Amino acid sequence: MSDSHDTARTHYVNPAPFNPVEDEVLTPEQERYYQASQWRIMWWKFKSHKLALWSGIVLILFYLCVPFAEVIAPYTPNQRNSEHLYAPPQPVHLFHEGRLVGPFVYGQTSEVDMTVMKWVFKEDRTQVQPLRFLCLGDPYEFWGLVEARFHLVCPAEGGTLFLLGTDRLGRDQFSGLVYGARLSLTVGLVGVAIAIVLGLFFGGIAGYFGGVADSLIQRLIEIMRSLPELPLWMALSAALPVTWSPVWIYFGITIILGLLDWPGLARAVRSKLLSLREEEYARAAVLMGAKPSRVITRHLLPGFTSHIIASATLSIPSMILGETALSFLNLGLRRPSVSWGVLLNEAQNISVVTVYPWLMAPVIPIIIVVLAFNFLGDGLRDAADPYK
Amino acid sequence: MLEYIVRRIITMIPTLFVISFLIFFIVELPSGDYISNQIAALRSSGEASAVAKLEFLRAEFALDRPFFERYLIWVGLWSGPHGFDGLLQGNWGWSFEFNKPVEAVIGPTLPLTVILNFATILFVYIVSFPIGIYSATRQYSWGDYGFTFLGYIGLATPNFLLGLILLYFFNRWFGLSIGGLMDPQYLDQGWSLDKLLSILGHLIVPTIVIGTAGTAAMIRRLRANLLDELHRQYVTTGRAKGLKESTLLVKYPLRMALNPFISDIGNLIPSLVSGSVIVSVVLNLPTVGPVLLSALQSQDQFLSGFILLFVAMLTLVGMLVSDLLLAILDPRIRLGGKASG
Repeated sequence: MSDSHDTARTHYVNPAPFNPVEDEVLTPEQERYYQASQWRIMWWKFKSHKLALWSGIVLILFYLCVPFAEVIAPYTPNQRNSEHLYAPPQPVHLFHEGRLVGPFVYGQTSEVDMTVMKWVFKEDRTQVQPLRFLCLGDPYEFWGLVEARFHLVCPAEGGTLFLLGTDRLGRDQFSGLVYGARLSLTVGLVGVAIAIVLGLFFGGIAGYFGGVADSLIQRLIEIMRSLPELPLWMALSAALPVTWSPVWIYFGITIILGLLDWPGLARAVRSKLLSLREEEYARAAVLMGAKPSRVITRHLLPGFTSHIIASATLSIPSMILGETALSFLNLGLRRPSVSWGVLLNEAQNISVVTVYPWLMAPVIPIIIVVLAFNFLGDGLRDAADPYK
Repeated sequence: MLEYIVRRIITMIPTLFVISFLIFFIVELPSGDYISNQIAALRSSGEASAVAKLEFLRAEFALDRPFFERYLIWVGLWSGPHGFDGLLQGNWGWSFEFNKPVEAVIGPTLPLTVILNFATILFVYIVSFPIGIYSATRQYSWGDYGFTFLGYIGLATPNFLLGLILLYFFNRWFGLSIGGLMDPQYLDQGWSLDKLLSILGHLIVPTIVIGTAGTAAMIRRLRANLLDELHRQYVTTGRAKGLKESTLLVKYPLRMALNPFISDIGNLIPSLVSGSVIVSVVLNLPTVGPVLLSALQSQDQFLSGFILLFVAMLTLVGMLVSDLLLAILDPRIRLGGKASG
C-alpha cells in the first residue's frame, strides 16, 4: 500500500542514457518514404494501381495520333476513292496458301448488283498486296506546313489498304479515325483547361472570401447543376455562326463544353479551400500579413492541386462524349474537320448501318478512351491523398 | 412537413426565373431571328410585298423590341403587342417553322417525354437497389466483380452509341426494328391492347439505354455507402448480440445508406433527361428531343426556348420529388430549419 503510494508521488526516470537516433532507427525503406516529396509518394501510390497505370499507357498511345496523324494514317481523311464506295474492311493476313508472305491484304474486285443498286466487293484471293512499312505513299502536308510523303504503313503499289473499310464517298475509315483523334482527344483537354480556370476562379472566390459571394456562387452552381447539359450544349452550338471557319468552330465547341462544366470543379475547389483555410499554416500566413492572392497561390493551392488534376481527369470523358454527340447530331464539327463524332455522323441512318456495319467503327476508340480516362482518374484520385 | 414543402417550392421560383432568362439568352444568341432571316432571303430575290408582310409579323411577335423587353414579354411580365400574353398566362409562343402554336407542335410529345423519364428513373431505382446491396454484402465475390465490370462498361458507353449498337444488333439478329414508338402497322389504328403492348415493348430498349449509365453510377454509390456502414461498430455489436444477418442489414445499415441513395438520384436526373433527348433522336422516339433538334437547326426560337424550359422544369420537378422523398425518410431534414432556428 505504502509502496504504490511512493511511486505515484516520485516521478520515475530511467537513469540510463537515451539516444533518440539509436532508438528510433528507420529501415531504409521507411527512410526513403519519409524523405520522399509529396509528388514522389503519389507516383508510388499511383504505380501500385495497375489498372490506372495501364490506362495511362493506353491513353499515351492514343495521344500519339495527335501529333503524328499524317504519318500513321495511310491516307488523308477527306481523300475520296470513287472506285471503292462503301468498301468493306480488308483484314491483314500473314499466310498465303500456307506460305508466309508477311503482313498483306487481298485485293478487292467490285461489281454492281443491279437488283439492289449497290457495289458488291469480293475478296480477290489471287491479288496478294503486301504492306509496305516506313514508305513513301500518298502526299500530305505535315501539320499543314511541310509537304511530305512518308508514312508508317502504305498499301502496295497500285493496291489499296482499307483496314476499317470506306464510307459513302470512299473515304478510308481508319485514316479518318487517326485524324479524328486529333480533334476528339484535344477537345477534352482544352475544354477541361477552360473549366479549370473558371472553376478555380469561382470556387476560389466562394471558398476564400465566403459570405455573400459564397452564397451567390453556391446558388449559381446549384442552378447550373440542375440544368440538363446536353440540350444546352445543343442550343449553344446551334448558335455558332455557319460562316465560321472549322478552326473557329472547334474553339467555339471547346469553349461551350468548358463553359457548362465548371460547376463540379468549382464545388470541389470551394470545399477544399474551406477546410484548408482553417489549417494552422494558412492562419499563420494570414497573421503574418500575407495578401489573399499569396495565401491562395502559395499556401492553399499546393494542398489541392492533386485533387484538381484528379477531378479534371474524371471530367474529360464527358467532354469527349459531348463533342461526339454534338458532331453526331450535325450541330458540332463538320467536314472537312474530322473527329470521331463527325465520322459517326455517317452512321446516323440505321438502314445504312445494317448494310455497312463498319461505319460504327468509331464507337470502339471512344469507349476505350472513355474507359481509360475513368480508370486513370480513379487511380489519380486515390493517389491524390498519399498520406491516407 | 407542409411547411417544408412550401418552403422548398418557394425557393424554386427564383431558380426558375434565372433559368428562363439563361435559356432565353441562349436561344436569342444566333444573329437575327427566324423572320428577319427570311426577310433577308426575300430581299435578295426582290419580293417587296412579302417583305412587308414579314415586317408586320416581326412586330406582331415583338421581335423588333429590345432584348430585355422581349424576354419579359415572352415570360408574360411586360405588355406585348397583345397585352400581357406570355408563359405565365399560358401562351407557349408560336412556332415559325410549323406555323402553329408551340402547344400544338409539342403537346402530343410531352406525355411520352414525361413517361419515358419517369420509367427510366424507376428502372434505375429498381435495378440498382438489389444489385448494390448484393455487391456490398458479398464484396469481392464473383458476382460483385461481374457487376463492377458491367458497371464500368455501362458508365463508359455513351447512351446514344449504346442505342445505335442495340438498334444494329436487334436488326441483325432478330430482324426487329426497335426504333420508333410502336410497330408500323399500329400507326393508323385506334387504341387497342396490342397497340399498347407494342408501345410498352418499344419503351423497354430506350429505358435501358438511357438508364444504364445512371444505374451503374447508383450501384457504385450504394455499394460504397453500404460498405462504409457495414464496417461500423454498431453492426458488430448487433452481430455479437445474435441478430439475424438479414434483420441486421435491413434494420440499421441499409436505412443509413438509403439517404445518400435517394439524394443522389436527384443529382442524376439532369443527365437522365439529357440522355432522353439524344436517345430519342437516335431511336426516333416522338419525344421533345427530335423536335428540339430541328427547332435549333432552323432557329425556331420560341419552340426551342419552350422545349429547353420544359426540359429544365422536368429536372427541377424531379429534384423536388427526390428532396421530398428524402424529407419523408429523414426527419432531420424536414425539421432541420426548426432545430437550428
